[in-house]
Formats: sequence, C-alpha cells, structure tokens
Amino acid sequence: MLSIQTNHVGHSLIRIEDISKSYNLQDANGNTITNQVLFNINLTIDQGEFVAIMGHSGSGKSTLMNILGCLDTSTSGSYWLSERNVAKLTNDELARIRNQKIGFVFQGFNLLKRVTALDNVATPLLYAGIGRSQSRKQALELLRRTGLENFAMHQPNQLSGGQQQRVAISRALINQPPLILADEPTGNLDTQTSREIMSLFQQLNRDQGITIVLVTHEDDIAAYAKRLIRLKDGHIIYDKDNNTNTTVDKLSRTFPA
Amino acid sequence: MNFLAIIGEALRALRQNRLRTGLTMLGMIIGVAAVVLMLSIGQGAQTKINQTIAEMGSNLFIVVPGATSSGGFSFGSGSIRTLTIHDAQAIAELPIISATAPVISGTAQLNYAAKNWSTIITGTTPDYFSVGNWKIESGTTFTESDLRSANRVVVLGSVTAQNLFGDEDPVGKTIRITNRPFLVVGVLMAKGQSLTGRDQDDNIFIPITTSERQITGNQFPGSIRLMLVQCKSADEMDIAEIEITQLLRQRHRIAKGKENDFTVRNLTALADVATGAAKVMSMVLGAIASVSLLVGGIGIMNIMLVSVTERTREIGIRMAIGANQRAILTQFLLEAMMICFMGGLIGLLLGIGGAWVVSQVADMLIVITLGMIGLAFLFASAVGIFFGFYPAKKAASLKPVDALRYE
Ligand SMILES: Nc1ncnc2c1ncn2[C@@H]1O[C@H](COP(=O)(O)OP(=O)(O)OP(=O)(O)O)[C@@H](O)[C@H]1O
Ligand SMILES: [Mg+2]
Repeated sequence: MLSIQTNHVGHSLIRIEDISKSYNLQDANGNTITNQVLFNINLTIDQGEFVAIMGHSGSGKSTLMNILGCLDTSTSGSYWLSERNVAKLTNDELARIRNQKIGFVFQGFNLLKRVTALDNVATPLLYAGIGRSQSRKQALELLRRTGLENFAMHQPNQLSGGQQQRVAISRALINQPPLILADEPTGNLDTQTSREIMSLFQQLNRDQGITIVLVTHEDDIAAYAKRLIRLKDGHIIYDKDNNTNTTVDKLSRTFPA
Repeated sequence: MNFLAIIGEALRALRQNRLRTGLTMLGMIIGVAAVVLMLSIGQGAQTKINQTIAEMGSNLFIVVPGATSSGGFSFGSGSIRTLTIHDAQAIAELPIISATAPVISGTAQLNYAAKNWSTIITGTTPDYFSVGNWKIESGTTFTESDLRSANRVVVLGSVTAQNLFGDEDPVGKTIRITNRPFLVVGVLMAKGQSLTGRDQDDNIFIPITTSERQITGNQFPGSIRLMLVQCKSADEMDIAEIEITQLLRQRHRIAKGKENDFTVRNLTALADVATGAAKVMSMVLGAIASVSLLVGGIGIMNIMLVSVTERTREIGIRMAIGANQRAILTQFLLEAMMICFMGGLIGLLLGIGGAWVVSQVADMLIVITLGMIGLAFLFASAVGIFFGFYPAKKAASLKPVDALRYE
C-alpha cells in the first residue's frame, strides 16, 4: 500500500489554517445567539489522497466540506486551494474553480430535475464554454464508463438511487477535476449499491490520481479511504492513515475502466 | 460561458415545465389580448364619430323655424312657417357666411321600370352639396339654371340608387317621382349613418323650386323647413351666430324684447358633445383594459415569483457545478423574455382576432394602432421580465450553500 505523507507543505492541494465557522441565530426572544460549529481546524490534503471525514451528526462535517468546496465561507482562518488564497478570489473565479477543479457528489444527488442523465452530466461543460454537441459526446462517453449508457435519456425520477448517484459522479468527473468532494454519497443507498459506489471512487483515486474527500458516518464506508479524519463538536479528534484499507479488486468487473 | 448554450438551457427549461410556462404565458395573453380588444373598440368608436362629423360638413349652423325651447336643442319643429328662401338668400349675402342651403322636404314614391321605392325627398339649392360635404359618385349635381327653370332633375342617394337601379348606371335615366318624369343627373357617394343613427343615403335631391311647385307643394309659398348655413371660418362661429340672429330678427320685424321666431343651432357644438361622449366611452374601455392588464400582470408576477423561488435549489446546483452569476441571470432573463414575447404575440393575435370578430358581429369600426400594441406589450413584458429576473438575481447572489439548502 502506498503510504500517504500528510502535512506536506508546498505541494498540497488543500491547506486550511485555523478555520472557524459560526452561525448567528435568533432565539425565541429575538436575542442573537452564536452557534460555533468549527473550532480552529487545521488540515492539509495532498494531490492523490483519499480522505474520509467521519463524525456524529452535527459535528460539522458538511460545514467543513462546503467550505472546502468554495460553496461557503469560513468565519475566520484561511484556506489555500492549489496554493491560492480562496478569500481573495472573486465570485467568477470561485465559479470557475467549482467548475474546473472540484467535482461535487451529494447525499441527495442534486441532479437537475426533468433533465436527462446525459444533459445533467453535460451541463458543467456548457459552463466551461464548450458547445452542446461536444458536451453531449463527452457526457455519453462518461456514462458509458460508469455503465449507464442505456439510461442516458432517462430523467432523474426514472433512475434508481444508485443510478442517480452514478450520474452525479459522472457529472462531477466531466471536467476532469483534480478533487472530488462527496458528502455522504452513500447515505441514501443500500449496502450493495454503497459498495459499488465506493469501489468506483477507489478506482478513480487509484487509476486517475483524483483526490477524494468523503464525508460519512459509517465505518465500513470510511474503510475504503486511505486516511481517516474524525470530527467531534467542531474539533478534529484524530487524523490518521488507514492501514486496514478495504480493497475492491474483486468488484472491479462491475465498473470497467 | 457560451451564450448559445444558455439560450438552449433557457428553451429547455421552458419546454420541460410546460404547465408553468403555459400559465405564465396565459397571464400575458389575457392582458395583451384584452387591452388590444378594448382599446381597438374604443378607438374605433371615436374614429367613427370623427368621420361622421367630418362628413357632416364643417362650420355649420342649422336654422329652423320656431322659438328655441327651454332645453336648448329641439329638432323637428317644422310646423311653423316663418323661414323663407329669401331669408336664406339674405343670410348668404353676409360677408362672414360662405353659403346657405334652404331645404324643404317630404316623402315621395319613386318608379323605375318595374321597381318601386318610397323615400325622403329634399328640395334644395346646388350649394347644399358643398355645404353638407356631399361628394358625387357619378354624374353631377343639379345647377343654378336647373334651379331657376325648376327643371325636373334629380340627384340620388347611394342607397336609393342601389334599390332602384341595382348594378345599372342611373345617370341619364328617367325615373318617375309621384308619377312625374325626372332626369337622373347624379348619384351621391355613401355617407353611412348620421350621429343620430339615421341612414343618410336613402334620399333624393331636387331643385327647391321644382319641389315647391310640383312635388311637395307648399301651403305658404317660399317658406322652408330648415336651412343650412356655413360660416367661412371656425373661429367666427360665435359672431356669425349673432349676425344671423340679428339679420333674421330685422327681416322678421321682431320687436325688442320679443322672442325669436326661429332657432339657430351650432352643429359644431353638437358634434363636440358627441366627440366628448366617444372620448368618455374610450376612457371607460381603456380603464377596463388597464384592469385586465393589471390582472394579467399580477398573474405573471405570481407565477414568476413562485417558479423562480421554487428554483432556488436548481440555482444552487448550477452554481455548484460552475455557473457564475451572469450565466444564471442570463438564463432566467432569457426565459422571462421568451415567455413574455411568445405570450405577447399570441395575445396580440387573439386581440386582433377578437376585434375582427366584434367588427363583423356588431358591425362596428375597429381601429388598432401600434401605440396600443406597444403599450400592452411593454407593460406585460416589463412585469414578466422584472418578476422573472429579480428573484433569480436574489437567488444568484446567495452563497451557493444557502441556495442549495433552500427547501
Ligand atoms: N445555515 C445554518 N444556520 C445555522 N446553523 C447551521 C447551519 N448549517 C449548519 N448549522 C449547524 O451547524 C452544525 C453542524 O452542521 P453540519 O451540517 O455541518 O453537520 P454534519 O456533521 O454534516 O451532520 P450530519 O451528519 O447530520 O450531516 C449543526 O448543529 C447545524 O445545526
Ligand atoms: Mg452533513
């Protein structure tokens, strides 16, 4: 097994320093109460890593992921993505980063309703400025690789959960981003389907060197990752290599590369 | 970001949500169609009245025998015979007056070949046609010499000509009026209904002298039923009225303090009343139209607001996969514009179609102007585009995470 060097300053894909996040809420009497969700998080993730972030519900996993994905901003601290200070980027630059550098996979799939699988996968290419027919060609190719070419013209509500998630993963991959962020990608799927999705991630990480950051609260899902981070009440309580990594070679038939 | 791709995205979103698209368009269609229909009816009525007034002849007085009744206007007090042809000639001598036309009238039985027709016969002078703004369709009017010689010549109204002659050309033919032969010298162009709704084209005109001696007869020779008086300029109507009154009082030897035995009515003032009424009607229809436009606008607004708010999550997804604000706003703006233009176009066609149906069924004049089309289109589009765009702008300026979390 490849051993992962953490905190390798200089070539890191993701580097966050002292990130905190708090929400201001109004209580019943109209007083403002501050709810701090993340406390001084420090984290470095290098290109090619496969990281699972674990923790109980409410521990701040999604909050951290949204900050990593440039979907949300932190209250304090700094975030370098590919050595660029995210706080200094304009909205347009952030949109371009989400388009080119990051692929998102959500628990609830977040596919565009009433849009075919093919067009769902192709949409990020449109925002990258690529014409529709070229986009569709590439999207179809990707759907073929994830075993969904027969479902290209199906709309999300005509697909199973596992199929929807594979469409979402294809969409995340279409711009060949170096980073995939997946927030509980198997949360809505059964055990067998979860295993198929995880082996797909593992394959992408192993064969294409794509960095994968995954949120889960299930140990057997986290076991596919090479590095485990546990959050508790907004603090990292451990961050370690996973030496008992689950391999999926026996499943690779299901997903021809 | 690729503009063509975004047009495609907008079109696809419209097609994928047929119900929403249809409902929004419906508001637009109703608003625009109602405005076009209402305004075209109002405008048509006004135009029709203006035409009738213009055809009536300009700067006209009508002088009738008998005192003015207390209410002001009163037509048809023809039993008193105080006005004469000589009064008309005297008034025509006034420098402020361009012409006068004395009129005696009655009904007459007409024959041509095997056809019979009964109509109103007007005995008058050749000036009648210019004063009353009548135009000749074929032939000529009768002349001063016809008048002097009391010739048996007749000018036919268009409806009368049609009824007696059909497709035949009446000019040069001889018809019988109460069994006396008359030569048809001309046929008038149609004028349609008068302000009071009377058909002005079913009538015939002969020299007043001929009429008096041979047709209508006259209990009091020289007396007339009414006269038309045309003033030279619209600005001098008030002075002309005073001069006519003074002259007639003098000629009729009416002592100071005694009531007039005639009435002078300013037809232009009468026309103003009719025009005013048409304007009021136009305004009422315009108000109804504005209400429909407002209702249509509120319909568009509601559906746009609901649909765009409902799509906050979609906006979040699009931002997560790399859409920048401009791409999202362009798409929503295009969607709103397409809905408005398509709905507006359909509404326009429906409105014009409806106006056509009304004009056929109710036999009304319908006038459609670019102005009213533009007004309806602009208002509805402004509403649609604003309420399609503004909530989208709000959603697009959210943090992506907030748009994504939107339920
Ligand atoms: N927009 C928000 N406004 C206020 N509080 C929020 C908001 N988003 C998250 N929180 C709070 O932040 C805390 C952490 O939420 P987060 O979604 O990161 O948890 P999580 O670890 O992903 O949980 P789960 O496993 O259930 O998804 C929770 O207590 C939540 O109530
Ligand atoms: Mg979560």
